[in-house]
Amino acid sequence: MATDYATLKKGGFMRQKQKNNFSLRLRVVGGQMTAKQLAKVAEVADQFGHGYVHFTSRQGVEIPFIKLDDIDAVKAALAEGEVQPGVCGPRVRTITACQGAETCPNGCIDTENLAVELDQRYFGRDLPHKFKFGITGCQNNCLKAEENDVGIKGGVQVQWQSEKCIQCGVCVKACRSGAITLENGKIEIDRSKCNYCGRCAFGCPTDAYETTPGYIVSFGGLFGNRISKGEPIIPFIEDHDKLLKVCDAAIQWFDDNANPSERFKFTIERVGEDKFNKAILDAYEA
Amino acid sequence: MADLDFEIDDVVDITDVVCPVTFVKAKVALEELDDGQILKVHMNDGEPVQNVPRSIKDEGHQILKLIDNEDGTFDLVVRKVED
Repeated sequence: MATDYATLKKGGFMRQKQKNNFSLRLRVVGGQMTAKQLAKVAEVADQFGHGYVHFTSRQGVEIPFIKLDDIDAVKAALAEGEVQPGVCGPRVRTITACQGAETCPNGCIDTENLAVELDQRYFGRDLPHKFKFGITGCQNNCLKAEENDVGIKGGVQVQWQSEKCIQCGVCVKACRSGAITLENGKIEIDRSKCNYCGRCAFGCPTDAYETTPGYIVSFGGLFGNRISKGEPIIPFIEDHDKLLKVCDAAIQWFDDNANPSERFKFTIERVGEDKFNKAILDAYEA
Repeated sequence: MADLDFEIDDVVDITDVVCPVTFVKAKVALEELDDGQILKVHMNDGEPVQNVPRSIKDEGHQILKLIDNEDGTFDLVVRKVED
C-alpha cells in the first residue's frame, strides 16, 4: 500500500531523509508543556525514536526517527501523557507566545491564555497555505510578532494623572520614543510618538499613569524564502472580542482569496492592500 | 535646588559600570542603609537612566526625584524601604 504522505504530514509526521522514518511534530501551545507531557515525550523518544528531541524555531517539539510501522503505537503512548501530534502543511500552525503578563514584569497582556484561546479557535484549520500566529506581550517583542502571518503584540495606553505625580522625571527618561516632556510640573505625551510600551507607567514611582492594555495586530509577516515584516492596520485594539473578530476576518479573507500555496502576504499584494484593509476595518467596526 | 529638599545619607556612583552591574551596585548600596534613609545614585544618561529607576521601584524602594545634572549624568534620589 502506498504511504499517504499528505495525511501523515497533516498529522505532524515530517518525512525524513531516512526511508520510512518520520520526525513527529507535537502540539505545543504558547511554548509551554507540562512536566507530565515532557516525561511522556522523553519516554516515547527513548522507546520509539533515537532518545532525543528537536526544538523547532517556533516553539515546537519534534521526535525524530519514528518508524512508519510504529505510528499508531506512538500516538497511543503520547495520548497517555496528554500529548497530541502537531500539524504541518497548508493549515494553521503552532500558536507561539512569550510568557506574557502572567510572569514577565514587562508583559502587557496575558499571552498564555490568548494562545490557548487561538489554538482552540484555529489550530489545524485547513487553508490555502500555512498560516502562523505569534503572540508577544510587549514592545520588547521577544516572540517576534511581525514575522507571523498574524502577529499580536501587547501594549498599554497610558493616561497621566496629575494628582499622583511628583514630577520626578523618571518617565521622561524611561520613554525610549521621546514622547514625554515635563514642563512646569505638567506632563505632555506626544501621542504620535507613543508606541504603547508602557515603560513610563512601569517605571513611575507613584503609579501616576493609568494603563489600558490592548493589542497591536500585524498582518502578512514572512520569515522564510522571502522576508517581510507584518504591518498593523488598526493602531491599537483595546477590546478582546474585537481582536477575535479581526483575527476571524483575516483568516477568512485569506481562505476566500488566496491561491493554493500562496502565503498571506502575497495574497494581500495580489488582491490589493486596500481591499484587505477594508475587510479588517469592517470587522473591527462591526 | 532639588538636592536641598532631601537629606542625603549616602551616595553611590554607578557611572563606572554597565548593565546589569549598574543596578547591582545601587542595590548593594541600598542594602547598606537603614529603613527610611536616602541614597543618591549617580548614573549616566541612556540605558542606566532608562532602566535603573524602574528596577529600584520594583525592589520596593521609594523614588523621590530624578535630577538632570545637564552634563550627561543624572542623580536618582531614593528612600530605602525595608521589606
